[in-house]
Amino acid sequence: MTTLPPVIRFAEVGQTFGKDDGTAVTAIESVTFDIGRHEFLAVLGPSGCGKSTLLRLIAGLIRPSRGRIEIYGTAVTEPRDEIGIVFQRPTLLPWFDVLGNVTFPMRHKYGRVTDAERARARELLDLVGLSDFSDKAIDALSGGMQQRVAIARALLLDPDILLMDEPFSALDALTRDEMSLELLRIWTERPKTVLFITHSIPEALLLADRVIVMTARPGRVREIIEVPLGRPRSMTTLAEPAFHAIANHIREELFSRTAA
Amino acid sequence: MKSSSPAPPREAERPGPAEAPIDAATAEPGTALPPRRIVVWLDRFAPVLTFAGLIVAWEAAARFFEIPSFLLPAPSAILAAGLAVPGTVWVGHIWATLRVALMGFALATVVSIPLAVALTYSRLLSRTLYPILIIIQSTPIVAIAPIIVVTLGASDLPRVVITFLITFFPIVVTTATGLLATPEELIELSRSLRAPRIREIVHIRLPYAVPYIFSALKIATTLAVIGAVVAEFVAAERGLGFFILFSTSYFKIPQAFAGLAVLVTLSLVLFRLVGLAQGWFAPWSLPKSAR
Repeated sequence: MTTLPPVIRFAEVGQTFGKDDGTAVTAIESVTFDIGRHEFLAVLGPSGCGKSTLLRLIAGLIRPSRGRIEIYGTAVTEPRDEIGIVFQRPTLLPWFDVLGNVTFPMRHKYGRVTDAERARARELLDLVGLSDFSDKAIDALSGGMQQRVAIARALLLDPDILLMDEPFSALDALTRDEMSLELLRIWTERPKTVLFITHSIPEALLLADRVIVMTARPGRVREIIEVPLGRPRSMTTLAEPAFHAIANHIREELFSRTAA
Repeated sequence: MKSSSPAPPREAERPGPAEAPIDAATAEPGTALPPRRIVVWLDRFAPVLTFAGLIVAWEAAARFFEIPSFLLPAPSAILAAGLAVPGTVWVGHIWATLRVALMGFALATVVSIPLAVALTYSRLLSRTLYPILIIIQSTPIVAIAPIIVVTLGASDLPRVVITFLITFFPIVVTTATGLLATPEELIELSRSLRAPRIREIVHIRLPYAVPYIFSALKIATTLAVIGAVVAEFVAAERGLGFFILFSTSYFKIPQAFAGLAVLVTLSLVLFRLVGLAQGWFAPWSLPKSAR
């Protein structure tokens, strides 16, 4: 993995937002890291550490105030086709059924949906475990199922890079664990470069190859940790001594900062 | 293993209500009827019962206190006066008012929704047009109605314009609120796909505003009827507003009340039609219980 050039590169990136009252808030400062091909990278940090800003910078939705962001070696200046996004809330469209929501990016980008795309959307629904729900209304689905639809929607245009902004944080604890394992399965079947934002230490460790621990206000990279857990992972991974050691280490990192 | 989250809790919902009355009856021995049934029945017919009760009380008060009919006619007198007017006369007046109300309503809808989109998307338009819209809304249209009639002549045009002026503002404001209520994530999704801006409006913002638009249209139907009546008060030789004015000036108060009753009915029917249209065209925009 290290021999290949990075898929995403952050070089000394800083982001400052001007507020209406004339003051400025620095969301992130001197953030530098690389993400390799098909790597699963989790960004972990307290609220207000600019995690969502990182995601929006990669997506090209905002331009960095300082530094440089590259995807495949070219600077990010606008949204690109290689990227799919899953948000914290499913934000599905209630006027379409499940299949209509999955094919929505196609309809929205190109104005029409071909039969080939519809077939592809059905495959993706099968992948996320919702093959029997393609003609169901959105409000007939549970929160976890809605987030599955949102994942299928993000995969429709076959992006190389999947950006996930705390996608399971609005779900209950049991559904959340289930969805984490589902995501691992999907990622194994369809390898992607994933940037996964979370504030849950177990979730980050269960899913990621590497974890970036951020500090708050302004967000800086505190530490980048290689997760020393083998794959495939399951809920039993959470019981391994290595898991507890690394989780405790991250907890200390986060709390020593707040105490300082 | 693709077993997804458990199916939606449909089975769980089914048993409850059917068994509840029995529980209630056993819980309170000695009552003749299960109390739940009365509650359900009352809940169902409450609007009709309230209305009927009011009419009966009104009729009783009018008879008992011998209120003169030119002050407050009894419902029976109003009904009799209404039936005394030939059906063709009613149809003529109803159609005159309905036509103006519908034209004003249609014009307000056609102008207000694109206007709301323009105000939402252009800061310049919002800065220039919005103050003017608020000034128009703050102007008592009733007061300038005679001026409008003088300016635009004695055709349908001034009546439609008056109706439009009374109707359009709530549609603009409510639609704009709906357009801005779209979740930020969906706009980001649209930007990340680099979709044309027009599709952001047509595919995301306008559909999201649909529940707001229907609420606005419901309010607008009643305002349109008010607008048509205001216009008829100023200058008309037909219409329900004219009919009420005319009846009052000849001291036929029960007949004026009959005109008022027809007017209210017209308003209610239009209001209901918008609700039905929402059920037909956008059932997803209604709360689950209302489908």
